[in-house]
Amino acid sequence: MSADTQLEKWEVFIQSKPGANFVHAGCVHASDKKMALQNARDTYTRRGEGTSIWVVPCDAIVASNPDENDMFFDPANDKTYRMPTFYVMPEGAKAI
Amino acid sequence: MELKEQTAVQSDLLKSFEEKIGRDDAIEPKDKMPDAYRKHLIRQISQHAHSEVIGMQPEGNWITRAPSLRAKQILLAKIQDEGGHGLYLYSAAETLGISRSEMIEQLHSGKAKYSNIFNYPALNWADIGAIGWLVDGAAIVNQVSLQRTSYGPYSRAMVRICKEESFHQRQGYEIMAKMMAGTADQREMAQDAMNRWWWPALMMFGPHDSESPRSGDAFKWKIKRQSNDELRAKFIDKTVQQAEVIGLTIPDKDLKWNEARGHYDHGPIDWNEFYNVINGNGPCNKQRMDHHKRVHAEGAWVREAAEAYRAKKEKQLFQSKN
Ligand SMILES: [Fe+2]
Ligand SMILES: [Fe+2]
Repeated sequence: MSADTQLEKWEVFIQSKPGANFVHAGCVHASDKKMALQNARDTYTRRGEGTSIWVVPCDAIVASNPDENDMFFDPANDKTYRMPTFYVMPEGAKAI
Repeated sequence: MELKEQTAVQSDLLKSFEEKIGRDDAIEPKDKMPDAYRKHLIRQISQHAHSEVIGMQPEGNWITRAPSLRAKQILLAKIQDEGGHGLYLYSAAETLGISRSEMIEQLHSGKAKYSNIFNYPALNWADIGAIGWLVDGAAIVNQVSLQRTSYGPYSRAMVRICKEESFHQRQGYEIMAKMMAGTADQREMAQDAMNRWWWPALMMFGPHDSESPRSGDAFKWKIKRQSNDELRAKFIDKTVQQAEVIGLTIPDKDLKWNEARGHYDHGPIDWNEFYNVINGNGPCNKQRMDHHKRVHAEGAWVREAAEAYRAKKEKQLFQSKN
């Protein structure tokens, strides 16, 4: 008998209702796209949790490295002019 | 690097890891973590996954003999959930760098354990009630606490599992309640199942705190948030009331409310039995493991066929492009 195979790993993303973001739900094993979708449905949407599913081969996902978080996310910290609260609005202006 | 430098780097890493734990930040797969933390999690999560899967056996035994179509549908759905729980947990363990095949190998070789409770037989329909109510009930208490465990993927799996578990416990309690409202024979069956499952359910929480102290790594690193005895007390306190409502007697003559502690006191747990079953001498250990090995081997051709089909499709696609 050949070595045991547990098939490939796929990450599963589920949209809980139309218009919502796709949110990571977990992982399934499957040999191809169709099986991955079916397994994702059976594993993660047994109670109407979803209206749409994405499956992505795990090795296609690129993740940031937590060791480099400081450097990687730093550019966001000193640009407070990106926040609406940075601006001084004239007294009395409404609905802005 | 010099050994001295290496140790300095190690202790820096440990320090920043423990600071993170201290802030209650979740640890994620790509984060640096001590080897002992990773090992502890792999052992605990894989054991948890194996328990979900092996736990399908005692109940699966009753699918074809469920007393009504309604009961059969419910039992099927419940067992399917348990298979799903196994999958969530295997996936969580995989993020720590162990493969599904390795975990199954460890189960088959006996290196990895599963919950002792599933080495007891489900003798009749009342046992299906007792399992859902008491065994899932005990598991829920533990799993609710584990929702706050420090490892992100494990915690997320627990949140998902807890959402599904309350139906498991309620369907079991409903079976018990129905039997207690039935004939004298049915009441006797329900009480008999209660008598057989009560003590093994209490053992599910593991040894007393005096045997397994709170000071270990599991607490320090917030893998575990509450002690065995704390969780056991939680389970007893809520279950006693539920038993009373349907007229079942808890098979413990020493059970009584302790006003000062705010919990029930219970009689001594037979730890000899516990260790005896852990060491392979429970009524069903061999049966459970033989069954898993057999079904796993019998399913190999399905996985191989799926891979072969994928390879064939890829070849066809390649040829049509050239
Ligand atoms: Fe479960
Ligand atoms: Fe369950």
